[in-house]
Amino acid sequence: MIRGRVWKFGDDVNTDVIMPGKYLAMRNPEQIAPYIMEGIDPEFGRKAKPGDIIVAGKNFGCGSSRETAPGGLKAFGIGAVIAPTFARIFLRNAVNIGLPVLECPAAAGIREGDLVAVDVASGRITDETTGAIYHAAPFPPFLQELIAAGGLVNYARKRLGLA
Amino acid sequence: MTITEKILAAHAGRTAVEPGEFIIARPDMVMGNDLSTAGAIGVLKQMGATKVFDPEKVVIVFDHVVPAKDIQAADLLKGVRQWVREQGIRNFFDEGRHGIAHIILPEQGLALPGDLIIGGDSHSCTYGAVGAFSTGVGHTDLAGVLALGEIWLKVPASIKFTYHGTLGPWIMGKDLILATIGKIGIDGALYQAMEFSGPALATLGMSERLTMCNMAIEAGGKSGIVTPDEVTLSYVRERATRPWTVYQSDPDARYVAEYDFEITGMRPQVAKPFSPDNVVPVDEVAGTPLDQVFIGSCTNAKLEDLRIAARILRGKKAHAGTRLIVIPASTWIWNQALKEGLLEIFAEAGAAVSTPTCGACFGGHTGVLGAGEVCLSTSNRNFVGRMGHPTAQSYLANPAVAAASAIKGCIAAPEEVP
Repeated sequence: MIRGRVWKFGDDVNTDVIMPGKYLAMRNPEQIAPYIMEGIDPEFGRKAKPGDIIVAGKNFGCGSSRETAPGGLKAFGIGAVIAPTFARIFLRNAVNIGLPVLECPAAAGIREGDLVAVDVASGRITDETTGAIYHAAPFPPFLQELIAAGGLVNYARKRLGLA
Repeated sequence: MTITEKILAAHAGRTAVEPGEFIIARPDMVMGNDLSTAGAIGVLKQMGATKVFDPEKVVIVFDHVVPAKDIQAADLLKGVRQWVREQGIRNFFDEGRHGIAHIILPEQGLALPGDLIIGGDSHSCTYGAVGAFSTGVGHTDLAGVLALGEIWLKVPASIKFTYHGTLGPWIMGKDLILATIGKIGIDGALYQAMEFSGPALATLGMSERLTMCNMAIEAGGKSGIVTPDEVTLSYVRERATRPWTVYQSDPDARYVAEYDFEITGMRPQVAKPFSPDNVVPVDEVAGTPLDQVFIGSCTNAKLEDLRIAARILRGKKAHAGTRLIVIPASTWIWNQALKEGLLEIFAEAGAAVSTPTCGACFGGHTGVLGAGEVCLSTSNRNFVGRMGHPTAQSYLANPAVAAASAIKGCIAAPEEVP
């Protein structure tokens, strides 16, 4: 169970604002983690705490395929990202590296600062501040398998006969 | 089936596939650039994979931080070079042969009709212009496909875009795709394949088709594709060193949506800050003062793009208050532009002409914008902070608008420069 305070963002949050291009050549996720969401809110890295949850509008993570975007969010400790839709490359990257992402249009009702609990396996999202309960769309079985394997690294190790 | 479904079926060992299905597909070519390859090398280690699945099906291109922009980049490039040597990858475009990957692959005959291509960069959808299915991934996916020679894909539904009419003067593929993105929005083709077709599209050369497929991602598209025709085949025949397959959509192929565009009388299109779907005719923003004009990127720095910019800039100077940066997309293009006298035209116009790199487009180097600066760029994205400081603004347009705007010092339609 993931439990954290909510930060809200609008539609079409792109990877250029999640992790600006100047940090692209930094390879270490811990090094870039303080700069997450800098393009929207330069203070975000100081205000947010590990475990916090992002609730955003449609098409989250659009634009560049840079994995420093989901990688930075994960390294910072963002517990989950909830949005009605995700851009496809961001969705793949998040699933591959084990950043929990949930597709749930109704979750737009969650307010900034609410305390929210997320059960990633069942997709159940509980707004503990208001008592509202939301259900994210379950991932297709194929993706669930990949998530259960712990992401693409473990999946590939199995396919290569190494695990 | 659509052309996209046919290519995916063929690469999944199937006779047919349906949109929404998950398949495991085997690519013909896998592309990594300097940054995504560096990321993938680390992931390959975690996976325990010591060899790429087939070095002949891998192409590595240096484009983002080349020539090394700082020590960190130099070390990154050094590490990738060493790995490429160890892996025996021959399709390697290092400094001196390099260029922006999305232009190098078609130019060098490494992207062919009917191919399935996976690239470690979001603009990998560009190769659809030759009639291939190609899409971008992050570096963990890139590592997965390099290790396994296969990738999971969800079969996308297709949207058909049909272009009618006749292109006016100075109207380019860039205008057609900007108009398209402006109409359907930045997530208008989310998870879907964009199939470009129609009588007007048939008159476009490969350069314009590459630009259109390049920006499919700016509408959220998984891929963009043009069915091969004589234009495609004459381009491919000069370059290919392996066989290819031409697919086309069946007459009863299913589309989730169809859009028709009448382009006769279309004005050059401009995407205003801060989104590629914020599109207006050039006249609506004409007169906007510019600190910088950038002619470059995987979208619009091909030889044809440079020729059009040079036609407008010949014998003229960029405005005193406006910096002009021209960056040809590949070494081959740079050399051709030199031979044709284009680089001289740019230099005499007061442009800074660089060797190929993605630098300015992603705000990395070679043309980064400062606080509050305004740029008109031939590139593909103008999000907040994309080209530099978060308060800088970028307008996106075709190379003719860019050249005219550089001369005027403000956004201008090409015909305003006599």
